[in-house]
Amino acid sequence: MWEYTDVVQEHFLKPRNVGEVDNPSGTGDVGSLACGDALKLTIKVDENDTIVDAKFKTFGCASAIASSSALTEMIKGMKVSEAEKITNEDIADFLGGLPKEKMHCSVMGREALEAAIADYRGVVLPMAEGEIVCECFGVTDLEIIRAVKESNLRSVEEITNFTKAGGGCGKCEEKLQHLLNETTGETSPVKLVAKKPQRMTTLQKIKKIEEVLEREIKPGLRQDGGDIELIDVDGDTVLVSMRGACTSCTKSQTTVKEFIEKKLRELVLDTLTVEETK
Amino acid sequence: MKTRPGQEIYMDNNATTKIAPEVLEAMMPYLSDYYGNPSSMHIFGGQVSEALQKARLQVADLLGAEPEEITFTSCGTESDSTAVLSALQSFPGKRHILTTRVEHPAIKTLCENLETLTGHKHRVTRLKVAADGTLDLNEYERALSEDTAIVSVMWANNETGVIFPVEEMARMAKARDILFHTDAVQAVGKIPINLKESDIDFLSMSGHKLHAPKGVGVLYVRRGTPFVPFMAGGHQEKGRRGGTENVASIVGMGRACALAGEKLEEENTRVRALRDKLEEGLLSSVPRSLLNGHKIDRLPNTSNISFEFVEGESILLHMNEHNICASSGSACTSGSLEPSHVLRAMGVPFTAAHGSIRFSLSIYNTEEEVDYVLDKIPAIISSLREMSPFWTGE
Repeated sequence: MWEYTDVVQEHFLKPRNVGEVDNPSGTGDVGSLACGDALKLTIKVDENDTIVDAKFKTFGCASAIASSSALTEMIKGMKVSEAEKITNEDIADFLGGLPKEKMHCSVMGREALEAAIADYRGVVLPMAEGEIVCECFGVTDLEIIRAVKESNLRSVEEITNFTKAGGGCGKCEEKLQHLLNETTGETSPVKLVAKKPQRMTTLQKIKKIEEVLEREIKPGLRQDGGDIELIDVDGDTVLVSMRGACTSCTKSQTTVKEFIEKKLRELVLDTLTVEETK
Repeated sequence: MKTRPGQEIYMDNNATTKIAPEVLEAMMPYLSDYYGNPSSMHIFGGQVSEALQKARLQVADLLGAEPEEITFTSCGTESDSTAVLSALQSFPGKRHILTTRVEHPAIKTLCENLETLTGHKHRVTRLKVAADGTLDLNEYERALSEDTAIVSVMWANNETGVIFPVEEMARMAKARDILFHTDAVQAVGKIPINLKESDIDFLSMSGHKLHAPKGVGVLYVRRGTPFVPFMAGGHQEKGRRGGTENVASIVGMGRACALAGEKLEEENTRVRALRDKLEEGLLSSVPRSLLNGHKIDRLPNTSNISFEFVEGESILLHMNEHNICASSGSACTSGSLEPSHVLRAMGVPFTAAHGSIRFSLSIYNTEEEVDYVLDKIPAIISSLREMSPFWTGE
């Protein structure tokens, strides 16, 4: 069981400002159902640039709900220019601290605030332009670099606690280490080598296909509540089965043929064909 | 969050159970007066040795086995590791392990380690499950090969309670001279088991899942099955498991097995009826709730229900405010960031997996408790849904 402070418990059991502001001046929507937490923040800003009202709707654990509630309490009455200086650490401090594995909940709060302010000002956030590093949770390099700098992160584990990056399949761990070393100015002990084996045994083929499914294909499907499983590899025929939302999706045939086959041909072997089993 | 012993409505019996009063009573002398080492030659050790023999007989009776087929271990996980590693050492030429995608971490992690840590010497096939958590025996038969050293399939799933046809699967393995292990930690004491009538070679069980204390387990090894010990040491357990016996807990395990045998019918009638009342009540009073796992082929005490659009940890902590104890397959409760591997293998959509709650009952639950839970849960779910950005009403 997590050790939550009394303030976290108080804000979780009796959350403040639940709901949506009517005719909001800005809306910030972050997270997703697949990720396990999501936050929709709506703010009302008056003509003096003061946040006069803030409400939230959150899907997530106790610390996600408490962080959202705390955030709305913190920003109400603030000038937008002050509110935008709020960091995730400020949110965690307001709550008397969060378990380290749950720091990403406070980060989600700050991200929603930034998104809502950007929406209010009509600008696009630079974070969305970064390159995705963690496919499972859709975390970009810019977000990771920022978290490392702001919260003084020193290990891949800390990056996962703060941003969720690396918390899924774990395949991006090397990249995270690399980013961490670059950002903190240390030399990288790990070399990233991309190689494409020429001839493969069936076993190697299966392993490689599984890797590509895990890294390139599943994260996208999972965002939509679906999934895919590798059933068998027979020569160059790859048998897969669609799971979750994908099974009822009328587009699943096209998805299989066009998207998955293209990826597997590009990254594993250009002679592969994909078939779906029911 | 404070604990209030004695006040709790405990519906988390697949996690652990309370020690039965009869079990505690049987154990106490061996924590005080009878402290002798069962291996000693004097009578002071001899009496303790007799107590171990009695416990062995009680366990064997519940399983339909012979006392000499029972080895005491420290937990279910040790029993699992012992069985699988023993088979791999007995047949060093065979490199294949056949298991399922929904095993308990005791087997799941062991198999992952065997694939990676041993320099990729071992190959693991993990049978997939259908949406209701059941296995396809045709796929199983196709996966059995000459290279298979051991099959390890759980008897009943800890998260959903779904029961696998392990007796039939053991028969199919036996026909090809392949050893069969079952992790029966959740099944023993909840459903009838008769190993004499089966081809199962190894069976793991755990004390604290059937009202014995934590820290004691059993590995059943069919007579004549090749065996290599996991823990080398003294001649305890006929050389099958070194280390001085955890006497009091073993005595408790024996008593708990005798008790489980007496209560088996109650488990399958009264407890099942309570579970069904709870399950039907929740599914009918909470919209967008669904049952995870096969409705019939299931343990009588377990119900795994998903409440869509809300998150499991939040539900549990609100339940905790009402002293109700259960568990969840959501990511946030596990400390990992992904929801339960069992629910994912079943293809439960993310909208539902994060909001899954497992209720697991025991003979100590009452109808009043079920009514209380039925009274509290719908309000908890709807208050969390009011807060959820994905909830758009019924």
